[in-house]
Parts: sequence; structure tokens; C-alpha cells
Amino acid sequence: MASTADDGDGELQFRDPEKAEQLTEELESLMDDIGEPVNVMHVCGSHEQAIAKFGLRSILPDDLTVRMGPGCPVCVTNMPEVDEAVALAEEGKIVATYGDMFRVPGTEKSLADAKDEGADVRVVYSASEAAEIAAEEPDREVIFFATGFETTAAPTAAVLTADPPENFSVLSAHKYVPPAMEIVAEMPDTDVDGFLAAGHAAVITGYGLFEDFVSEYDTPAVVGGFEPIDILFALARLLEFIRDDEAGLANAYQRCVTEDGNVPAKEAMWEVFDTTSGEWRGIAEIPDANLVISDDYAHYDARERFDIDVDAGASDPLTEDCICGDIMAGKADPDECELFGEECTPQDPVGACMVSSEGTCKIWLEYGGQPDL
Amino acid sequence: MSNSDDDRTADESSGDGYTGDDVITHAHGAGGGQMTDLIEDMAVSRFADSEADVGLAALDDGSVQPIDDDHSVVVTTDSHVVTPLFFRGGDIGRLAISGTVNDLAMMGATDPLALTSSLIIEAGTPQSTVERVTESMRETCAEAGATVTTGDTKVMGSDEIDTLAINTTGVAVVPTGGHVPDAGLSVGDKLIVSGTIGDHGISLLSEREGFDFGGGLASDVQPVNDLVRAAMDAGEVTAMKDPTRGGLATVLNEMADKAGVGIDLDEPAIPVSGPVSSAGEVLGIEPFDVACEGVVAMGVASDDAEAVLEALRDNPKGEDAAIVGEVVEEHTGQVVLDTGFGRRYLTPPEGEQLPRIC
Repeated sequence: MASTADDGDGELQFRDPEKAEQLTEELESLMDDIGEPVNVMHVCGSHEQAIAKFGLRSILPDDLTVRMGPGCPVCVTNMPEVDEAVALAEEGKIVATYGDMFRVPGTEKSLADAKDEGADVRVVYSASEAAEIAAEEPDREVIFFATGFETTAAPTAAVLTADPPENFSVLSAHKYVPPAMEIVAEMPDTDVDGFLAAGHAAVITGYGLFEDFVSEYDTPAVVGGFEPIDILFALARLLEFIRDDEAGLANAYQRCVTEDGNVPAKEAMWEVFDTTSGEWRGIAEIPDANLVISDDYAHYDARERFDIDVDAGASDPLTEDCICGDIMAGKADPDECELFGEECTPQDPVGACMVSSEGTCKIWLEYGGQPDL
Repeated sequence: MSNSDDDRTADESSGDGYTGDDVITHAHGAGGGQMTDLIEDMAVSRFADSEADVGLAALDDGSVQPIDDDHSVVVTTDSHVVTPLFFRGGDIGRLAISGTVNDLAMMGATDPLALTSSLIIEAGTPQSTVERVTESMRETCAEAGATVTTGDTKVMGSDEIDTLAINTTGVAVVPTGGHVPDAGLSVGDKLIVSGTIGDHGISLLSEREGFDFGGGLASDVQPVNDLVRAAMDAGEVTAMKDPTRGGLATVLNEMADKAGVGIDLDEPAIPVSGPVSSAGEVLGIEPFDVACEGVVAMGVASDDAEAVLEALRDNPKGEDAAIVGEVVEEHTGQVVLDTGFGRRYLTPPEGEQLPRIC
């Protein structure tokens, strides 16, 4: 196991430019040792945001490419799932969801569109806030359109295990990351030399979860945090594995992540959710990567409670030109998309990657993408 | 022509049967590209005046019209709606007076001759609320050396307006050529901000969302005409804007674009208070993207930068003033931020700010 970033230095200064410079030199040296281009994939929108926000790509070695994979939970939420939420909202029910989901286009419209047309759609910060709305509005059905990976699935589960109001239910679009990493690792045209695994999700699942993945796919993985020093440190550990041609696993986020993770949170998650096969928007049908509400909690499952009548209509013709799927599979960068920043903007998004603060396209538009500076 | 100060939360109501491009949305008031498009389509095409020193088409903070050989009149107007009406650090009355005094000041007109005030009030609003607001307007006028000389009052139904809206217009006279446009940056100029960034926007967003980040988070709303006067007395101010709607990111991009120059910014030098920085990270919102209501961003001739900085810091409103960057030839029309780690573009925010998932 690799050491944490603060070993040897005492207290880690997460935003210490001098430490960043040392780590950048270490990355240059490791790339010299490797002697060929390296492609690294991270699987978390927060990683992409930190990389872009701090301008890290401008200081990375030229032949080290860091791309984002299917790491935005909003982006991988499939259009029919949005359509279900829109249908419930249009039936007069209260639909509560995270701000990121508000503008994600379904086949025909987004929840924001539905709200424009009079539906009661509420933006919330948490599943518990949605349950509070249900308590405040006992005569209305309140549906939490639940999206996100382990980081938000566990809190959704916690709310359901705590006897929420009877008029509360969950429309689960929660997803589970590890099977998606396997799919991406198997894609023949996605050439990934190593994975920077998401620190948020690993807080819940523990880094030990990735052991099987590393050995099965013979690809190194390092769990990393989200400060600039965290990211540079994790990349250095990953390059060490690549240099040594070792499919190793390291935890470079030891201040938050343990081998077993948050055991009570995991227990709640697996009590409430089962895995099932499902389509990740633009990527593929992924086995065991969608989280559906288990039989024991079926009375809180919006799909069980309501006969959801999806009237999806025709999708935006521009979606045929959207390359979000390729971007999330690590095959393309946002500025390779013809729609990027022109027909597709955060205010009027074509693809989901332009909506969420976790989406690569939105992040690239906000921070100027991969600037040649 | 200044941005409207619609600080209300996103409430996506639409017209009757109109959808998509047919209706005005909150994004049109958010200070970004859609707002500019709307203003250009609806107003500039109809009212642009080529005779003015600074006309509507310049989309500056106000207009400048010659009145005789030696003087020009500066006029600006702004409407204010904000939720809540009374917030940490200020209220809608202080906002309305400060906003218009500051828009005049951004044109280099630091001595307002007269202000107008138009109140549109929802029927049912307590008289004490209106009294508190107008008293705050009086106090802010006194602070700014301004006065309201004429006004108007309208009362509307409860489904027609939310509590209170205030329009203020300001008039001032400047010597011919004495105004400061927002398009005046030249390569080599230094960029100065007069105080900490993002206080108003982050504070209001936090308050609306019900987050209590402890003490220290409050709006910076205040008239800054005295600060601007001190700066102009101390050196050559080449361009000015106050980063209201759209924040520092928007105004610097506008200034770079209008002048056909690039801007290099040093992020560690930009003053951001600890509470604003922390709250911004929790909310997932950049302090550079949200409104300030008591800060000015200015370009200053390089040789005068230290003197102007000193003059700003001599005033308590400017004690956090800092030189934050410079005007460069490269990346024309764009702002590049050195984060202390690497470099990236600082782009204007698009649309409304929504809370993120994680």
C-alpha cells in the first residue's frame, strides 16, 4: 500500500504550490522512466472539476493524458429514467431531485421544462430534505428522483430505513461504479493504462473493493482525493505502478478512505438496494450497475407504487450528434464535439455532460477545457 | 445600461402556452450571454444613439451625453428585486441606492447630481416594511452624498408582484472627456479590485438555501463613489466596472472583450474572505461568478497602480484592495487565471447557479 501524501511532511498543505511543483517534477521523472505516452482515466466528476479548476492539465507532463470516464452520476442517468420523473411530475405529484438533475434532458423534456409548464418540481440537497417535504405535505405524493453513485445511494438508503412518511417514495436511478469501470476497461478502443478511483465513493465502499478489479483486468488503480495535491500525489503513485508494470492498488486518500469503507452505510445500502442490469446513458448496458429498491422496501419504490405512464415523444434531433457517450468512455474530449459550446450549452444542453457540475462538458466550458497556456 | 439586479431564486414560470425560445426566462436576467443577446435584440437595435460619448450600444454602466462644450451628463438606471428584502449586511433600499450611485461612479461620475426612485409595492405589504426600506435609502444617500429628487409609487395585486421592487435612476455631470468607459483597458495596465469578492452573492445564496456558515458572511452592499473618487485622484483609471450580476468573471471578460486585450489574473492575489471561500466550496459555487455590490474592478495605468492601491486602502471600504493582474496582448478577449498550481481560463458563468449533487 502506498503511503499517504502527508507522510514524512507532517501536516499536508493541500493547496501548497511548492508541494505541487515537487510532485509535478516527480511526474515528469516518472514519465521519463516510462518513456511512452500514458493514458489515465479517473471516474469522478469531482476529480475532473478539481483538475480543471486548479489548471492542473497545464502543468502535467505533455504525454500524460488524464481523461474522465463514466464518473458523472447525472450524465449516466438514462433518458427513460428522466422521462419517468417527468411523467410523475406531470401527473401532479411533487418530484424532488438534486439541482444537477433539474435540466438534464429526457427524451422530450427535462424536469425544468416540466416545471416551466406548471409541474411541482423541487430542488433539494439530500434525500432527507425530500422526505421532509413529504412530512410537510401529507396530502401530496412526494417522489425523490434519486440519482448518484454510492455517495448518494447510501444516504437514500438511510432515509428509507428510518421509516419516512407514507406519502414518500423513491424513483431510483442510483448507479454502482465498479461494474462500469469493468466495462470501460474491456472496451477495445479505450486504452487505459491506469485508473484514478473516486475517493468519494471509496469512502463508502472502501478501497478493498477494487482488489478484484485490479487483478482481473491487470490494470493498476489508485484511490485519490480531490485537492490538487491529492490528485498529483495519486497520479504519481499510479505512474509508479505503470513504470513497474505492476497491476497494483493503492490508497492515496488515507485521511478519508479505509480498506472496508463505511460499514454501516454499506449495510444500509445493500439492505435497501439490489443490483440489476441497466443502460448507462450513451455508454452501454452494464450488468449489475443499476441500484433498484429491494423487495423489502418495495412500498417506497415509486415504480411499484405508481403506474408510470411515460409519454416520451420525439427526442431532440441534435442528440444524434452528441458524443457524450464517447466522452464518458474516455474516447473523446468535449471540444471534439461539434455541438460543444454552440448548440449545446449549460442553459440549453443537448447531452447530459453539459448539465451537471460533475459533467465533463460543463466543466470544460466553465474552466476553459484543456487550454494551451 | 446596467444589469438588472434580479437576485431571486430560480422560479421557472412561463407565459401562457409559450415555450422554449418564445419566453423570457431567468437566464435572460442572469447577466450572461443570453442577457446580452436580449438587450441587443430588444433595445440596442431600437435606441442606439451615435451622437453620445457613450450610448446604449456600448452596454456600459451608464450613458454619457454632451450637454455643452465643456460638460457631459451621465445617466444610469437600475431596477432591484431581491429575496429576502432584508438580508445580512443590507436590504433592498441600500441595494437600490448603492447600485445606481455605483453605476454612475463606474462611469467616472462620482458626484451624483440627483436620483429618482420608483417603488412598486404589493398590496398587503406592511407600511413598516416600506418605511424601513425608504429609511435605509435615506441613510445610504447620506453616505453617498446623493439625494432622491423625484419618484413614483405604484401598488399592484398580490399575484402581480412579490412584495417590493425599486427602480432608481441617477444623473451626474462630468467634464467633457472626464468619463471612464469600461472599454478603456490597454496592454500593460494593472487590474485592481477594491475589496473581497463574492460576499453579496455567496451570502444571499447561503441565506436562501438555509445554510448557516457562522459569522462573517454578509453582503458587501455599499456605495463606492468615494473610493472611486480617491482612485481617480491618485492616478489614471483607464476602465471600470462593478462586478454585480455575473460577478468578477463576467465583468473582466467583458472588459477584455470590449478593449480587444487579454487579462492575466493571479488567483492567490484576489481577495476572497475565508467564510465566502468556504461557503462557496460547500455550495459548489465560485465566488468569482456571483455578485458583489460594494466592490469595483478597475484598470489602472501601470505607473499609477501603487498610488491608486494606496489611495484605496486608505479608505476603510478599500482596505482589502489588491493588484490582481495585468492586461496582456495574448489571448485577446479572454481572461486567464493562474491558480497558483496551473493556468486556466476564467469564463463568465452561464445561467443560474443551482446546488450540486455532491
